[in-house]
Amino acid sequence: MSTRSEVKSFILKNYLFTEDDAALADSDSLMQKGVVDSTGILELIMHVEDTYGIKVLDEEMVPQNLDSVTAISAFVERKRGK
Amino acid sequence: MTNKADDFSWKVLDIDLEAEAKRITERLRDVTSRVLNRRGLVVAISGGIDSSCSIALAVRAIGPERVFALILPERDSSDDSAVRGKLLAEHLGVQYHVHDIAPALEAIGCYQWRDEAISRALPGYGPGWRMKIVISGGIEGRVNTFHVVAEAPDGRKFDERLNLRDYLQIVAATNFKQRLRKTLEYFHADRLNYAVVGTPNRLEYDQGFFVKNGDGSADVKPIAHLYKSQVYAMAKHLGLPERITSAVPTTDTYSLPQGQDEFYFALPYREMDLALWALNHQVPAAQLAKVLGCTEERAAYIYRDIETKRRTTRYLHRSPVLMESVKEITPNVE
Repeated sequence: MSTRSEVKSFILKNYLFTEDDAALADSDSLMQKGVVDSTGILELIMHVEDTYGIKVLDEEMVPQNLDSVTAISAFVERKRGK
Repeated sequence: MTNKADDFSWKVLDIDLEAEAKRITERLRDVTSRVLNRRGLVVAISGGIDSSCSIALAVRAIGPERVFALILPERDSSDDSAVRGKLLAEHLGVQYHVHDIAPALEAIGCYQWRDEAISRALPGYGPGWRMKIVISGGIEGRVNTFHVVAEAPDGRKFDERLNLRDYLQIVAATNFKQRLRKTLEYFHADRLNYAVVGTPNRLEYDQGFFVKNGDGSADVKPIAHLYKSQVYAMAKHLGLPERITSAVPTTDTYSLPQGQDEFYFALPYREMDLALWALNHQVPAAQLAKVLGCTEERAAYIYRDIETKRRTTRYLHRSPVLMESVKEITPNVE
């Protein structure tokens, strides 16, 4: 499973309680759509740290890295490529 | 039309204190009598400015003989809190009761659940250590994260970022304190046929700095519309003892001294007041920056942090959501 589909599936299952891929577009802002609040973002961070064995640094905890499926999967890919 | 942003300065927080005191006490008297149909008011006092100001307004509204004060210390309360609470109750001439809630908190597992989570983050943590939780990130434009700051008995200091699971468990455990206090407030309110006063100021109410069904629960909240600096000014106007009006705001929840701005608010309270007022009155970030003496970018982050906290804590204000309107009781359902 690609990072993008794994991240999306995690969000769909755990935040929206669905497996319907159409419930969320990859580029949707998770904050603006009301999918996550700031605690929800911290849960996402914990998930990617646990799943991908990466450590999200304080300075990386910005919306640009975490606010959509596209942003999160690109961020994870960048971190893993390092 | 006056553009409020043009007149923006620290003065925007100045209010006519006597007129406001009169307005609040008249309303409080009417609410206690006609809306709540109770014979008096219970106020838990911490020695802090908000509960002190609230009880003083309650006394002015309905008289000291109809106000019952509770002082509810626990293991991590500063000794000075109870001293200031007693000083205040005696100054106002109200009846008060001191109840140490530490044994009940111990029995329900508050300290045990909390310490277990801290020990996971800080191996070696144990008896004799002191700790607090600190927030960071929001006003630098990042996601807010939480750190545990601790001091070992030998003076060594630690600062560790908490993972979410541990942070949530520490907060959930410490929330027992506010919820147990509220249980006692309602016990005395029920016993006396009184109503319970909640004591948040506007910053706390707006930013969700309270525990749902804990200090957030009450029958009436007389200062929830006042900015914190207005509460300080009101407390002085009401003639409260200097030891109360000069107290530094703390959470009085963790064993290391903890400023409210470290735990929750992005800035010290005077600056938070101004930023919240500015956001509420559509003052551009550039203008806020000028008065606060910071960059426009930082002012914009402050606005964003306020809005994020509002969004995150909206659920704390919600009543239970019904599946269908019960029109006879509550007309609107989302």
